[in-house]
Amino acid sequence: MSEAPGTRHTVRPVEDVIHTEHLTKVYPGGVRAVDALSLTVHRGEIFGLLGPNGAGKTTTAGMLTNRVEPTSGRAFVGGVDVWANPARAKQLIGVVPQTNTLDRALTVWENLYFHGRFFGMSNRVSRLEADRLLEQFHLTERAKAPVLALSGGMAQRLMVARAVMHRPSILFLDEPTAGLDPQSRLALWDILGELHTDGQTILLTTHYMEEADQLCDRLAVIDEGRVLALDKPAHLKASLGADTVVTINADGDLAALRDLLVDRIDGSTYGEVADEEIQLWVKGSNGVLPAVVNVADAAGCTVHDLKLHEPTLETVFLKLTGKELRE
Amino acid sequence: MTATTTPSYPTMPQVQRSGSVAAFRALLLRDVTVLRKNLAEFIPRTLLQPLLLVFVFTYVLPKIQLAPGGEAGAETFSTLLIAGVVGTAILFQGIQSVALPLVQEFGFTREIEDRVLAPLRVELVAVEKIVSGALQCLLSAALVFPIAAVVPVTPVHLRVDWPVLITLALLACVASASLGLFFGTVFEPRTVPMLFGVIVVPITFLGCVYYSWKSLAVIPWLQVVVLANPLVYICEGFRAALTPAEHMPLWVIYPVLVGFTGVFASLGIRSFKRRVIA
Repeated sequence: MSEAPGTRHTVRPVEDVIHTEHLTKVYPGGVRAVDALSLTVHRGEIFGLLGPNGAGKTTTAGMLTNRVEPTSGRAFVGGVDVWANPARAKQLIGVVPQTNTLDRALTVWENLYFHGRFFGMSNRVSRLEADRLLEQFHLTERAKAPVLALSGGMAQRLMVARAVMHRPSILFLDEPTAGLDPQSRLALWDILGELHTDGQTILLTTHYMEEADQLCDRLAVIDEGRVLALDKPAHLKASLGADTVVTINADGDLAALRDLLVDRIDGSTYGEVADEEIQLWVKGSNGVLPAVVNVADAAGCTVHDLKLHEPTLETVFLKLTGKELRE
Repeated sequence: MTATTTPSYPTMPQVQRSGSVAAFRALLLRDVTVLRKNLAEFIPRTLLQPLLLVFVFTYVLPKIQLAPGGEAGAETFSTLLIAGVVGTAILFQGIQSVALPLVQEFGFTREIEDRVLAPLRVELVAVEKIVSGALQCLLSAALVFPIAAVVPVTPVHLRVDWPVLITLALLACVASASLGLFFGTVFEPRTVPMLFGVIVVPITFLGCVYYSWKSLAVIPWLQVVVLANPLVYICEGFRAALTPAEHMPLWVIYPVLVGFTGVFASLGIRSFKRRVIA
């Protein structure tokens, strides 16, 4: 995880764009959505909060962007205490929420223009910036269209353009590709990649492990409001101590078979039964398939299907929580 | 204290740090722009109801000799009604221009979430709604006044007390917009019909629009009950500001209206904050 508990800094080094100290949110009714979350996001990185729906990702993002008031703990953005100085903090934050919050009373261009004005740009600068961003995000042709006329992917691009217009220190994206078609999803990944290249610090929440794997420099795996692991995606996967995952679809007592496999297969480090399948983590995949079939046969189990693949974040999540990440 | 440390990484030069004031002004600018774009809706929406009201009560009814108070009463009535018409227009506008958009933005569009990210305190976003609503109330009063003055078949006796008119119009507009903010934050899209059926209609019918408060002396219980209605003070105030008609004393009207404004504005701001910050 990140900071040692108990350290209470008065000035945060600027390299930390986000810093939280024991951030906790208990909703009325006693639901502890986020539990003593302490993490640090460095300047220039894409940081991911990965977890299933209801893990506390959106609540965490909300506490960092002045939308969900923490029950306890502190949150800093760009060195500014988000809840002690909201007006100042909001100047440093760009947000792309999960739902379309574009101003329906305005055109595409006007959405950007007024956003610039909200953030203190002059009339002239805001006009120029709105034009430039429409160009950059391939929306110039739709400048005069009402925002309701935009497709999901276009609306999403416009929201990203709007969120980066005031040059925030940190760009938040909450489940940015949920509900987008595959093409729009790839287009958005490209955009985020470009922003990242330009040095934009990004925090995104997602429950798509592929998205987290592709985009993020570092990831916090979150479940039930707690950080279970925090590292680079490659390190998280390496932490399994395996380079291959064997998925075994078989009949019989799967729990017993799993124990046998972990015991008998060379290089196997861990096994898990989920979704009527066994996942066996193995270091070194040579000869593993026949070995698995032999062990299963000996145990009186019929193997229907065997798959080999590299460990994914899904596997990491499964090991950390015993649960699948999928919806 | 961490909150006051200046971040030392570069921010773009064009983003000024004037902060809240600039953001507040820009929010107003946005609302004015939307109003300008929607004038074609705003004008008929604002004018039709008062126009029909004045037309039926002060033109049609006297013509068919059904005017309240008979032929002789028609003149008094149209004079009485002008304050009511202007007052109602303001109150309606407060609800239409603040409450209805807010119900939408809080409800299915969630647009409000973006407005709340503007770099100013959330309370100020709510205050901006009051200010922009009050401006729209003023505009509708200005549009409606000529109708109430010109349409009646009998002459309307005007006696404008400018200081009272200016202060009272401003106060009435802020009061109505505050009421709009409050309603906008407590009603949901599903319950909006209730807002009209159960709140706006009784407010108008029992708001001393068509009769003066003093004349209710013959129904004492009603005269007391309507005191809870803010529109009573708005209409009576315009009666004082525009006409020689009898009206409630100004020393009652002003403090009560200020009180209503304070209560609804603070309830509205609090409820706004509760709706946008979890």
